[in-house]
Amino acid sequence: MAKIPKASEMAATLSHIPPQTGWMDTPTEFKQGRWCYGAKAKNMEVLGLPNPRDWSPTDADWKLPSNWKEIILEGLRERIGRFRSLRLFMDICVRCGACADKCHFFIGSGDPKNMPVLRAELLRSVYRKEFTTAGKILGKLAGGRELTEEVFKEWFYYFFQCTECRRCSVFCPYGIDTAEITIIARELLNLVGCNIDWIAGPVANCYQNGNHLGIQPHAFKDMIEFFVDEIEALNGIRIEPTFNRKGAEILFITPSGDVFADPGTYTLMGYLMLFHEIGLDYTWSTYASEGGNFGFFTSHEMMKRLNAKMYAEAKRLGVKWILGGECGHMWRVVNQYMDTMNGPADFLEEPVSPITGTKFDSAKGTKMLHLVEFTADLIRNGKLKLDPSRNDHLNVTFHDSCNPARGMGLFEEPRYVIQNVCNNFHEMPPNTIREQTFCCGSGSGLNTDEFLDMRMRGGLPRANAVKHVHDMFGVNTLSTICAIDRAVLPPLMDYWVPGVGVAGVHEMVGNALVMEGETERTTDMRGEPLAGMEDSEDEDI
Amino acid sequence: MGINFSLMAVLTLVLVAFAGVKFMGLQMFFGVVAPYAAMALFFTGVIWRVLKWAESPVPFRIPTTAGQQKSLPWIKSNGLDNPSTKAGVIGRMALEILLFRSLFRNTKLEYREGPRIAYEWEKWLWLASLLFHYSFLVVFVRHLRFFTEPIPFFVQGLETVDSLFQVGLPTLYLSDLAFIAAVTYLFIRRIIIPQVKYISLPADYFPLMLIFTIGATGIIMRYVTKVDVISIKQLTMGLVTFHPVIPQGIGELFFVHVFLVSILFAYFPFSKLMHAPGVFLSPTRNMPNDSRIVRHVNPWNYPVPVHTYAEYEDHFRDKMIEAGLPVEKE
Ligand code: HEM
Ligand code: SF4
Ligand code: SF4
Repeated sequence: MAKIPKASEMAATLSHIPPQTGWMDTPTEFKQGRWCYGAKAKNMEVLGLPNPRDWSPTDADWKLPSNWKEIILEGLRERIGRFRSLRLFMDICVRCGACADKCHFFIGSGDPKNMPVLRAELLRSVYRKEFTTAGKILGKLAGGRELTEEVFKEWFYYFFQCTECRRCSVFCPYGIDTAEITIIARELLNLVGCNIDWIAGPVANCYQNGNHLGIQPHAFKDMIEFFVDEIEALNGIRIEPTFNRKGAEILFITPSGDVFADPGTYTLMGYLMLFHEIGLDYTWSTYASEGGNFGFFTSHEMMKRLNAKMYAEAKRLGVKWILGGECGHMWRVVNQYMDTMNGPADFLEEPVSPITGTKFDSAKGTKMLHLVEFTADLIRNGKLKLDPSRNDHLNVTFHDSCNPARGMGLFEEPRYVIQNVCNNFHEMPPNTIREQTFCCGSGSGLNTDEFLDMRMRGGLPRANAVKHVHDMFGVNTLSTICAIDRAVLPPLMDYWVPGVGVAGVHEMVGNALVMEGETERTTDMRGEPLAGMEDSEDEDI
Repeated sequence: MGINFSLMAVLTLVLVAFAGVKFMGLQMFFGVVAPYAAMALFFTGVIWRVLKWAESPVPFRIPTTAGQQKSLPWIKSNGLDNPSTKAGVIGRMALEILLFRSLFRNTKLEYREGPRIAYEWEKWLWLASLLFHYSFLVVFVRHLRFFTEPIPFFVQGLETVDSLFQVGLPTLYLSDLAFIAAVTYLFIRRIIIPQVKYISLPADYFPLMLIFTIGATGIIMRYVTKVDVISIKQLTMGLVTFHPVIPQGIGELFFVHVFLVSILFAYFPFSKLMHAPGVFLSPTRNMPNDSRIVRHVNPWNYPVPVHTYAEYEDHFRDKMIEAGLPVEKE
C-alpha cells in the first residue's frame, strides 16, 4: 500500500488554483500514490502484446523501441482514420471549460491536467503539431507540441488517471467524451508496451483461465459451492448450481470479483438464492467466468478478444440467452460494443423471462439481459415473496456506477428493486447521482493499491455526497451494482465516511427474499443481526 | 502570451486594411478580392473538413446516455436525453443545437473546508453563449438587406422586432447590445476564471477579439460615423451579382469591417469555429442508444485472436474431470 496522508490532511491541502507556469511548460512529476506499476513481461507475452519487458514508470529509461515515436504517430494516424469520434474531438473543442470542474480527479487532486479538457489537450497538442497545417507551421502558437519522451510519459501518467467515466461528456456542449480519448490514448501507449500491470495481469488471466482473478475451473466450482454451504447455514436451504451444463436455458455471467471477496460474495449469494427460489434453468460457465472486461481498458481489440467468450460459450452450451450480473463496465461493453464486435448472436433467442413470460424487446439484438432488469420484472409481476424488514438494519443510498449510468441509462431498475427490498432509502444530492453520478475513483483498471492516493482523491466527490446523506439521514449502506465498486468503495468509505458499508443490490434482494421452506433467519448474510433480532442473537449464545 | 498575441494580430489586421485603403488606394483588394477569396476558402474549407470527418467511420454506437434507457414498458424512459429512436435523436440534437442543452447542465464547483463540496448554479456561460449565437444570427440575417433587392419580408420583420426600443436615431438594435455584451462576457470569463484562463490558447482569444472588433466597427459605422449606406449597398450588390464595383466616398472603416469579416470567414474552417458543423456529427449525441436492439455494424471489424474453449479445456481437462465438471473430450 502506498503511504497516503490522513483524510483531514488531504482535504486541507487541496487547492484548485492552477500554477503560474503554463501547462506546456510545467513538467510532470510522478507523485507517490498516483501512478500504477508497469505491465510485466510475462503478462504481455501471454497476450502477444508488443515490447514485453519488466519496467517501472519511475525508471529514467522505459525501454521503448527505438522507433517508438513513429509507431505512436502512425498509430494515431490510423485511429484518426478509424474513429470519427477521435478526429472530431481533436478538432472541435472550444475550451469553454464547462467540463473542467466535472472530473472527480480534478476535484480531488486540483491538478489542472486532470481537467478533462487539458487531459484531452495532452493528446490534442501533438495531433495539432503533427496533423494540422496550422500546427505544423505555427507550432506552439497554434497550440501544437512536439511528441517527446517527456510528453509520452505525461500521457502515461494522466491517461492512467482517468477512469473513463464519461462524466465530462455529459456537460460538453458537443458531447466531447474524454473517456473516448483516454481509451484511444491507452491503445497508443499499448503499442509500445506501456500498459499498467493491474490491467495486463487480469487481462492475461482472463484470456487463459477465463476470469480476471485467474481462478481455475475446479477452484471456481469450489468457491461457489462454498457459498452454497454458507446459504445452507443461513436458512437451511440447499442450492445446487450447475456448471458448464449444456442445454440449460440461460447462461449466467457475472464478474469474478463477486466469487472472490466480500462484500461481492454476498451479492453472489443473493444471485444463488434468487435463482433457486424461482427455479431458473441456468448454468454457470468456468470458461466464460468473467463478466468484467479489462481488455476494454487496454484496447478495442483486447476488449473484443476477451468479450468473444460470452457468445462462444453461449453457443457451445446451446443456451437460449444470457443473463448478466451486477457489473459496471461489463455493461458498457455489452450495451455499446458486444453485438458490433462479436455478433450477430443469431444462434440465441430474444430473452423471455421463463417466470413472468415478459419479452425483453430492449435486448432482442444482443440477447443479453441485465439481472436488475430481470429482477425488477419479477418483482413487478409479484413473483417474489419479499420481506423488506429484513433489511431494516440498513439505511441505504444508491451509487450509480458510471458505465451503467452514462453508457446505458440504467437508473430506475435498480431503484425499483431497492425500494422493494428495503424500507430505508435516501438519494444523494441530484448533482451526484444518475447521469451526473461520480465515479468511485478506481474504475477502468485503476483499483490497485499503489494508486491509493489518487483513488481516495478521485473518490472524494462520491464520498462527500455519501457523507451528506450519512449525516442527514443516518445512511449506513452504500448500495451499488458494480463489482469494482464493491471492492473499492469500502476503503473509500473508511477513509472519508467511516461507518458506511457497501452492498450489492442482490445482496439486499437475498436478505429480503422469503424462500420456500427456509428456517427463520436471525441474521443477514454477513451474520449481522437483523433489526429486532439483536436479543435473540444473544439468547442463542 | 495568447492575449497579447491575439490583440496584436487583430490590431495589425485593422491597421493593414486602414492603411491599405487610406494610403495605397487598395479599395478593390479589401472590398472585393478579400471577400471573394474568403468566401471561397470558407466554403471549400468547411466542406473539405466535414468530408474529412465523414470519411472516418463510426465503429461503435457510443451515445452518452444522460437519462433512463428504454427497457421495461412500465419504466418511463427519457427519450430526449437517452433516445432509442431516430425521432428521439432529432429531438436531442435540436435541443443541443437550438438551446445548448448540455451546457445548460453546467454547475460550478465550490470546495469548502470540511471538506464540503457543492455544485452551484452556473448558467452564465450557457446564457452568454446562447445570447451570443442568437444575436450573431440576428445580426447576420439583418445584414441580408445589403445583399438582396428587394429586401425579403423576414429581414424587414426582424429589423422591426430587433428595434423594439426606440432609443435615439438611428434606432438601437437589441441584437447589437446583446452581441457586444455576450462577447465581452465570454472574453472576461476567459481571463478571470483561473481554470479557463489556464486552458486558453491564442486560438481562443483571437476569434473573440476579432468578433468583438467586427461588432465594434459595425456599431461605430452605424451610430457614430453614419456611413453612406446607399454606396455601400452598391458595393455589396456588386459582390453578390458578380459585377463588383467600388463606389466613391466609402470611408476606410467600412473596409476595415469587411476585411475583418473576410478574415473570420477564411479562418473559420481551420479553427475551433468548426464546432458549429462538428456538433452535428458528434457520435455521443447523434445516435440512438439502441445497440442492444439492433446490431451496429463496424466497417473495419477485423478478426482477433481468441482463446477458444477447446484450448481452455485442453489446458484444464484433468482438473475439470476431477472436479466433476463436464468436458467435451474425455
Ligand atoms: C450546438 C451548437 C453550438 C454550440 C453548443 C456552441 C457553443 C459555443 C460556445 C460554448 C462558445 C463559447 C466560446 C468561448 O467560451 O469562448 C462558442 C463560440 C462561438 N461559436 Fe458556437 N456553438 C454552436 C454553434 C455555432 C454555430 C452554428 C456557429 C455559426 C457561425 C457558431 C459560431 C461561434 C463563434 C463565431 C464563436 C465565438 C468564437 C469563440 O468563442 O472562439 N457556433 N460556441
Ligand atoms: S466542455 Fe467540451 S468544448 Fe468545452 S472545454 Fe470541455 S471538451 Fe472542450
Ligand atoms: S472520463 Fe471521467 S475521469 Fe476521464 S476526464 Fe472525463 S470526468 Fe475525468
